[in-house]
Amino acid sequence: MFTSIGKYMMNLFRQVGGSAQMVRSSIFWLFHSRFEFHQAVEQSVTIGVESFGVTALTSLFTGMVLALQAGNTIGNIFGDPIFVGTIVAFSLIRELGPVLTGVVISGRAGAAVTAQIGTMAVTEQIDALYTLGTNPIRYLVIPRMFGFILTVPILTLFSNLFGVIGGYLVAVYALGVPGEVYFTDITTFMGVGDFMHGFIKSFIFAFMIGTVCCYKGISTRGGAEGVGKSTTGAVVTTIVLILVLDYFLTAILTAFGI
Amino acid sequence: MIEIRNLQKNFGEKQVLKNVNLTIEDGKVTCILGGSGCGKSTLIKCMIRLEDATSGQILVDGKDITQIKSEIKMAAIRRHFGYLFQEGALFDSMTVGENVSFGLKYLTDVPPGDYAKVIREKLALVGLKEEVANLNPSELSGGMKKRVSLARVLAINPKVILYDEPTTGLDPIMSDIISDLVLDLKAKLGVTSVVITHDMHSAFKIADKIAFLYEGKILLYGTPEEFRHTDNPYVKQFVTGSSQGPIQMKLMRE
Ligand SMILES: Nc1ncnc2c1ncn2[C@@H]1O[C@H](COP(=O)(O)OP(=O)(O)OP(=O)(O)O)[C@@H](O)[C@H]1O
Ligand SMILES: [Mg+2]
Repeated sequence: MFTSIGKYMMNLFRQVGGSAQMVRSSIFWLFHSRFEFHQAVEQSVTIGVESFGVTALTSLFTGMVLALQAGNTIGNIFGDPIFVGTIVAFSLIRELGPVLTGVVISGRAGAAVTAQIGTMAVTEQIDALYTLGTNPIRYLVIPRMFGFILTVPILTLFSNLFGVIGGYLVAVYALGVPGEVYFTDITTFMGVGDFMHGFIKSFIFAFMIGTVCCYKGISTRGGAEGVGKSTTGAVVTTIVLILVLDYFLTAILTAFGI
Repeated sequence: MIEIRNLQKNFGEKQVLKNVNLTIEDGKVTCILGGSGCGKSTLIKCMIRLEDATSGQILVDGKDITQIKSEIKMAAIRRHFGYLFQEGALFDSMTVGENVSFGLKYLTDVPPGDYAKVIREKLALVGLKEEVANLNPSELSGGMKKRVSLARVLAINPKVILYDEPTTGLDPIMSDIISDLVLDLKAKLGVTSVVITHDMHSAFKIADKIAFLYEGKILLYGTPEEFRHTDNPYVKQFVTGSSQGPIQMKLMRE
């Protein structure tokens, strides 16, 4: 029992240490080699395109359900569905936009990144990079990190947009809230700070997803089975970390008044 | 010159290389023989730090590479080496042509406009037609993969080439063509070659020196002539490829 906990902890520390080292060497190579511009653009496009549809769909429905729940609850209490826009926009922009986008991107693009790098690791393609004058940090990790850091915040913006539209549809057509009221509810109560709150979160999630997924890929051992393991491992780890980080980020950011 | 001194390599508890001493002479072909799983690939991986030695020294032109900490310095040494992977290790997200030209960008001054020419030349050297360049690695046979991988190594004009079983999976004629290629590179460009092989015919044809790896040590190092006439029962059994002999007995006892 204790030995298995010990082993688990050792393993955890090793992975955290390994990831930290990978980040450190990414920063090193960022300044000591030519940036793989072509790769970075390709990765950003892949990650963005892969995840756009699912992100749009999930946020649309999340916006809709938020409006429905808020409208019904407030309607029951106050007799009138007021502030639906405020509730939808607040929840989305501060919390659900970044979280949902992060989760979707982990499942779509993150899993793909781990599986691809993992396959390269078990078939000696990563060793081959070293023998051909580059290395996996330069050629694989930095472009993918760039891809995540660029696309997650952008997709988060889209997610907010689609969520607000979803909320609008339900508020206007199902709850009978006038369209202008829905939008003034949003604009009068939301500030730049609320945007920053969500935006900062999305950057941190992006960085975390990139780190975990690339690290899990590079450290893959043991053939096809190993690739499967590290891919599910990467997705589970990123999703759990998104939810845990989200709480602490909210606490920290609100403490700073954002 | 590459000098390996008291090299030891463990994977966890398992001792794969126990005490390897070996000198690779410049401009010569050194063949490495040994049973399956005895650590041949591991040995040549250690030579360019694709695996880190557990202990011992590896001197490349007098410099101990096991002590190099900086990845930039290691890359500067590695650039003179070519490595043919046992399973090819082709990048499966790229075409054959992109694979062959991959190293040019990082290791040579060849302008991108000339990549097509290099691809054509190097594929021809390994007996592949130009059209192959547009295929994906998944569309190739095992032997073709091996040869494309070799073309990728040749493209960067390395001074030293480490071959992990270059003729495995090739037909006898193609094997002989590859053997000739190794000799050609030596004669024309003075390339140093280290060749892991199970192909005795090829080993006797190309080798200046042969090293026989057994139980984590170099059991015999010498010229092909010495190998042909050795009294050592282990080497003799291996060279003649017989199931009867001390190696078999050893396996059964374990
Ligand atoms: N990454 C690794 N982790 C653990 N053990 C390994 C690893 N790589 C190799 N080994 C072990 O080291 C031993 C030597 O492997 P190696 O690939 O060097 O053999 P080889 O001589 O090239 O064999 P073959 O002729 O079949 O290619 C094997 O027993 C193998 O199980
Ligand atoms: Mg091998």
